[in-house]
Amino acid sequence: MLTQPDRPGNGRRKPNGTAPSPQRRERQPGWIQGLRQIYNSVLDEPLPPSFDSLLKKLDDENGGRG
Amino acid sequence: MALLPQLRAFARSLCGNATLADDLVQEAAIRAWSARATFVPGSSMKAWTFTILRNAFLSNLRKDRRQTAPSHDAMRDWTPAEQEDGLHIADLERALGRLGPERRAALLLVTIGDFSYAEAAQICDCPIGTLRSRISRARRDLGKMLDHPKPVD
Repeated sequence: MLTQPDRPGNGRRKPNGTAPSPQRRERQPGWIQGLRQIYNSVLDEPLPPSFDSLLKKLDDENGGRG
Repeated sequence: MALLPQLRAFARSLCGNATLADDLVQEAAIRAWSARATFVPGSSMKAWTFTILRNAFLSNLRKDRRQTAPSHDAMRDWTPAEQEDGLHIADLERALGRLGPERRAALLLVTIGDFSYAEAAQICDCPIGTLRSRISRARRDLGKMLDHPKPVD
């Protein structure tokens, strides 16, 4: 019987950016928090202007297909 | 396109360089758009796009070794930063860059990408056992680099 998903150090899914439970945090190496910090810092950034043109290009192509 | 922030964050951790990461994400987005007919409805869009991103990353690495060419021995020539107050993000980024790209991608998919081993193995196109091995070695190497004591004078 499966009791936990098959992943290391964390037995449940969690939304991006949320910290693991205190018990899990104690067993995780410190650099995992650092990885999350790097990841979350980028999540919080606005998309740079270069992505606007990408989105517009994709929208244009979508519109071109009618 | 709602996944763009997550793709950017993953790419940033993979590449260690904001410009390269954004270029990679844009390339992956265009590839995904071009291949949208191959997406299986009901399957994970996130996993599908992360697969494309990972493949683009490795493809670019093969074409351009200047991006990063870590040795198989991540510890070789590793110089820990002198610091008294614990882990610095810069050290972590340096250490990540020392990992082999396959191991780095595997580790990031599971630890911060919120994928299960099964999903990550599919993204990496490898057996779960191989993925586990990559993650285990990545964790070991990161632990060694980031827990490495300062050199004794």
